[in-house]
Amino acid sequence: MKKALVFLETHENKVKKSSLEGLSVLFGKGFEVVSCAFGQGSDQLDELNQWGVKKHYFNTDEQSQKYNPEQYKMAIQSVIEKENPELIIASSNNLGRDIFPRLAAKNDFAYMSDVTEMELGENVEVKRPLYAGKCTAQVTFTDDSAKIILLRPNQIRLAEANDSSQTENIKLDWPTPSANSETVSIEQGESEKLDLTEAEVIVSGGRGLKEAENFKLLHDLAEPMNATVGASRAVVDLGWVPHSLQVGQTGKTVAPNLYFAVGISGAIQHIAGMSGSKTIVAINKDEKAPIFQRATYGIVGDLFDVVPKLTDKIKSIK
Amino acid sequence: MRIFVCIKQVPDTETRIKLKSDSQGIETNGVKWVINPYDEFAIEEAIRFKEQNSDVRVTAVTLGPKARVNNALLTAMAMGADDSILINTDANLDSLTTAKALAEVIKKEGDYSLVYAGKLAIDGNVSAVPLMLAEILDIPHASVVGSTEYSNDAVTAEREVEGGTKEKFKLKLPAMITANKGLNKPRFASLPGIMKAKKKPIVEFSLDDCGINEGQTKVKFTNFELPSERAACKMIEGESDAQVEELVKLLQEEAKVL
Ligand SMILES: Cc1cc2nc3c(=O)[nH]c(=O)nc-3n(C[C@H](O)[C@H](O)[C@H](O)COP(=O)(O)OP(=O)(O)OC[C@H]3O[C@@H](n4cnc5c(N)ncnc54)[C@H](O)[C@@H]3O)c2cc1C
Ligand SMILES: Nc1ncnc2c1ncn2[C@@H]1O[C@H](COP(=O)(O)O)[C@@H](O)[C@H]1O
Repeated sequence: MKKALVFLETHENKVKKSSLEGLSVLFGKGFEVVSCAFGQGSDQLDELNQWGVKKHYFNTDEQSQKYNPEQYKMAIQSVIEKENPELIIASSNNLGRDIFPRLAAKNDFAYMSDVTEMELGENVEVKRPLYAGKCTAQVTFTDDSAKIILLRPNQIRLAEANDSSQTENIKLDWPTPSANSETVSIEQGESEKLDLTEAEVIVSGGRGLKEAENFKLLHDLAEPMNATVGASRAVVDLGWVPHSLQVGQTGKTVAPNLYFAVGISGAIQHIAGMSGSKTIVAINKDEKAPIFQRATYGIVGDLFDVVPKLTDKIKSIK
Repeated sequence: MRIFVCIKQVPDTETRIKLKSDSQGIETNGVKWVINPYDEFAIEEAIRFKEQNSDVRVTAVTLGPKARVNNALLTAMAMGADDSILINTDANLDSLTTAKALAEVIKKEGDYSLVYAGKLAIDGNVSAVPLMLAEILDIPHASVVGSTEYSNDAVTAEREVEGGTKEKFKLKLPAMITANKGLNKPRFASLPGIMKAKKKPIVEFSLDDCGINEGQTKVKFTNFELPSERAACKMIEGESDAQVEELVKLLQEEAKVL
């Protein structure tokens, strides 16, 4: 039987949704599924048997709780050596992209990040965006090396996990750290909100907001929808918000169900990063703003008038 | 002390992507090529390091077709890099094969302390070459770096990940750093810089010299597609109260996203 390894990220003893998406791609496709997760709670993932996971490697030692790219790489490498998977799946985020390119080089595997569509039939069928979403392409594998696939969060539909097999939990020996790479500190962010790349609803603001303080209007609108706030580059460059909020070709590529562009003109670099959104609402006082060519719904109006009213209306229905 | 900066030339962000008639790639006629924006932070970081330390030589390295990418090297040298290495090829290589070729030329050059790269190239958005290169060179890395601090034999690098979490790593040199926006403010090439760059050496290699051939590529992009045309935007007319009512109704009943 073909074997696949899924690297799981966890939160409070649960597998994160983005990692369940990896398990979903494999579910019912005739793979022997092995998983691994490290850090606190990585030994407590009760739901894995429903996903048909045969073996789960974990480690909860103190060192595994403090992320270090080299140690995580070595830990996953030891799972790869034990299991010889022909397919490895992880999430396309700052963690996945910090570990798996090295593993691909170490093992001479094929590698692709940011995958948005994946079908396992006779072949591995994979699609992803290029040029930050200005086009998409199929990914063709030209030899039979094992493959490492990083899935972009929020793109793969979750399968209904109804397997009832046994999962064997195996404690992995933590690798001896080298002196080359040392974790100095990890400062947990305060943000309770999902990252832009994972959010289902995004409220983005641009220069039309006039000044930094007015982003409060967007936070208020985001609140009842549990949305994440984003921004155009113009306001990042003005220093109103940090770069981590920038959507676009030189910021984050996002694909939420619902994207609000408030006071954003819709420059090509901004559109590139958000055109994959399912529904786009544009609020802009200029009816000729290019954002309206990309939006699903458009309101021509003054955002300082429209946004507070919209916030009240949405609060009233939530 | 020797430092390498890996730079890639990419289509300018203004580019409207058109597909070739067989849909197996993008039409490059008429594309304006620029240095990948994240690589500008990498170049700047290397030059600042040179300015703050004595006896540092900064070498820009790129893999691509000479006629096109020569300009990127000239720009890097105009900004302040001392010289360049070009792997001249028009082959379409995947990330790993590119990293293998880059590793070969870096190894040929002998000892070095730092390799800088961009966190991602905005054409393919793969974000893989630098870490693959670090693995082959067997050096530690920090990726998506927003700030650095150097000591004698180490670099401490901080990066911000999802949710605003800040991670700080201390790496023993030699090390790989991939630059995020905010690491510094890249300078523009000055006129004297541009004049000087023309006299700086570019050493050229072929893929053959690196022991690489296009056949080693494991991954290819095929069957390109442009995003499907969106239906025309539904403009919601009326006074703002009515607009808001109508919008929320559409989001609930038509788009079913609220
Ligand atoms: C190399 C490069 C990379 C880039 N990368 C990115 C990127 O990743 N992401 C990105 O976003 N941009 C990027 N840009 C910048 C991009 O070209 C635009 O400059 C930027 O997106 C404009 O931001 P904006 O829409 O907020 O500002 P503007 O273009 O100034 O638009 C402001 C809008 O607000 C509207 N407005 C004003 N007042 C009101 C009001 N009271 N009510 C309603 N509407 C109002 C105006 O009509 C206008 O349409 C990049 C540019 C370059 C050169
Ligand atoms: N052909 C290349 N030549 C030199 N450096 C490259 C090349 N491709 C990628 N890089 C470097 O690797 C970084 C990330 O690119 P990528 O992995 O393609 O997203 C770029 O910002 C460059 O620093």
